[in-house]
Amino acid sequence: MSPVLAGVLQLLALIAALALAYVPLGNYMARVYSSTTHWRVEKLIYKGIGANPDAEMRWPAYLRGVLAFSLIGVLFLYALQRLQGVLPGSLGFASIDPDQAFNTAVSFVTNTNWQSYYGEQAMGHVVQTAGLAVQNFVSAAVGMAVAVALVRGFARSRSRTGELGNFWTDLVRGVTRVLVPLAFVAAVVLAARGVIQNFSGIHEAGQFMGGSQQWNGGAVASQEAIKELGTNGGGYFNANSAHPFENPTPFTNLFEIFLILLIPFSLTRTFGVMVGSVKQGYAVLAAMATVWLGFTALMMWTEFAHHGPALELAGGATEGKEVRFGIGASSIFAVATTLTSTGAVDSLHSSFTGLGGGVTMLGMMLGEIAPGGVGSGLYGMLVMAVIAVFVAGLMVGRTPEYLGRKIGTREIKFAACYLLITPALVLTFTAAALALPTPGDSMTNSGAHGFSEILYAYTSAANNNGSAFAGLDADTQWFNTTLGIAMLLGRFLPMVFVLALAGSLAQQKPVPVTAGTLRTEKPLFSGLLVGNVLIVTGLTYFPALALGPLAEGLAA
Amino acid sequence: MNTSLTNTARLLGAALRALLVLTLVTGVLYPLAVTGIAQGLFPGKANGSEIEADGEVVGSSLIGQSYNLPLGEGQETPEPDLKWFQGRPQNGLGTNSVNTQYDLILSGATNRSADNEELVQWVKDARAAVIEDNSVPGYTVKPSEVPADAVTSSGSGLDPHISPEYADLQVHRVAERNSLTVDQVRQLVDQHTQNRTLGFIGEPRVNVLELNIALKELTAES
Repeated sequence: MSPVLAGVLQLLALIAALALAYVPLGNYMARVYSSTTHWRVEKLIYKGIGANPDAEMRWPAYLRGVLAFSLIGVLFLYALQRLQGVLPGSLGFASIDPDQAFNTAVSFVTNTNWQSYYGEQAMGHVVQTAGLAVQNFVSAAVGMAVAVALVRGFARSRSRTGELGNFWTDLVRGVTRVLVPLAFVAAVVLAARGVIQNFSGIHEAGQFMGGSQQWNGGAVASQEAIKELGTNGGGYFNANSAHPFENPTPFTNLFEIFLILLIPFSLTRTFGVMVGSVKQGYAVLAAMATVWLGFTALMMWTEFAHHGPALELAGGATEGKEVRFGIGASSIFAVATTLTSTGAVDSLHSSFTGLGGGVTMLGMMLGEIAPGGVGSGLYGMLVMAVIAVFVAGLMVGRTPEYLGRKIGTREIKFAACYLLITPALVLTFTAAALALPTPGDSMTNSGAHGFSEILYAYTSAANNNGSAFAGLDADTQWFNTTLGIAMLLGRFLPMVFVLALAGSLAQQKPVPVTAGTLRTEKPLFSGLLVGNVLIVTGLTYFPALALGPLAEGLAA
Repeated sequence: MNTSLTNTARLLGAALRALLVLTLVTGVLYPLAVTGIAQGLFPGKANGSEIEADGEVVGSSLIGQSYNLPLGEGQETPEPDLKWFQGRPQNGLGTNSVNTQYDLILSGATNRSADNEELVQWVKDARAAVIEDNSVPGYTVKPSEVPADAVTSSGSGLDPHISPEYADLQVHRVAERNSLTVDQVRQLVDQHTQNRTLGFIGEPRVNVLELNIALKELTAES
């Protein structure tokens, strides 16, 4: 069997597995967020928090919950890293410097998991397990909560009170009913295939040629499972999912890709169920799947073609890729991780072909909506849908509607602000880094690829992805600080506008469907949505892409 | 003003308590439960898939090693010990610089782009070395026969595998250096070639450490 055919078959197997999980998981999550009963353990948690889980919140209160919880998360994780040197169970690892601790704390709370440190030599058991892995769970649950709040804005038809649910309830249920059970099963599967799971500290083992070697033990399987499932992506080890202890076999590799895509795709079903029409969910799913499949095909084509001097000389695009995964599965992983907000890597994007690197970057620039991060993918795509019906409305001269809600000036303003935030952050910071004398010193490669390293870094940070063209030495005060700011603003400003939009929608009286209503559950609308996504992103980023990956890819 | 301050304080207090409770669930109970099950059901895998030769641990079957001669005097880069099968280049590995009380393996890739001149040179040098090292009397390696994984570094720098093509290419050399027949060594490679999982997942591969352990046993017998 040729490697290309094996790659295609792996893709088909992945699609089949996702399709099997779609309806049951999507329906289950809809029940989770609609249920009026609380589990006993959840009642204990609410008592601990001191929150009434049945109190409805309007959007400002919901937002305050999100922001307060995230602020505390940043402060707690920052303190944990700064105190690592004196905490027990830290293997004698030193405390993290202030700028790096800030960057890392922000990175994990914003679901980005950008890492300017070497996991092996920087983070001990306590910070990894009780700090970083905890944010893997809760930052994912926050993303899902915000998405569900937006869906409720569309779904709640009669109340007109603008109520969006209770943040604490959504947060806790996301953890207890969705993420912990799924992660537990996934972690056991991974450990059964060779991902390590122990607390034995630094382990010394003999070597074949004599002498000894030292590697880190750790709770890797438990962290790996939620790292993929929560579209976080922060590796226990520097090499992330390329490291054999995180991703030991071809099967675990495919399984990890499945975990990355599982919740984001299934949430479109949850959306369909909650708005009372699963077809609406299918239309959004179709748009996401089209982009995802197109990108995967493009990536496989360019990686198997291996253009570029070093790769042509070597006879294949194997630099930065592991033998056990091969080029096909590495391509599938790279697209899945950059079209979601994951940023885990099983092969190093910097050594991909010029165009392949461009595909990973473009995936993030789309706003990570195909299928996107857990929660953030769904709300990002729904904002795009609002824009799409607005554009369609302009074409025929009708007031646009989506799911029975009028899309008026107020709604469009919120959606437009949402769209503008990340490009503004990416392009401004990239320009600043290149205009200043010192940031350029961090580049490993020169020319177009050097520019790409910096563009990639800010694209990854502002979109909360976390993967890197890792040649860039990002552990400098400039990059730790500016990337931290990009991550913060790129996560929470969009959430402000999403919740404001949700609040505005939830106050509206639904308009009846007439013969003139744009049917948003039809393939025509999915096509319109894909077109909008590509055109908006293309217009925004084309000049920057032309300077980086396109210049490199066309020269090859 | 006063009430808004109180409200903010109350909200932050709730957020802190929520984080602490959820830390208990996801940062303490969850990893301990997974560790308990993993250590109970598959302790070998959970502890790093260690592998033994002659009753001694010689590494992990998952972590690639180098098979070099000891450094000679004044030498900076070690020479490969051509008696053993060689793995992929490891140009991306890092050096421990923070917690230097340990001598940790630092995984990493080169992150060089396809048009990077240094990478082009590494590939050229690696290819020349592979051809020179593996050409023995009666068997000359052609440049077109050198597979891509033999001249490029992996994503982790710790790739435990090589392609079956690269293993085949080393068979003549290994046979000569160990005074074995080519057929004996080729048989060994075939025995240690893993195919794709279920016929289509991943790529065919040979685990270098396992192969070298088997080779050592074979040479000890003959």
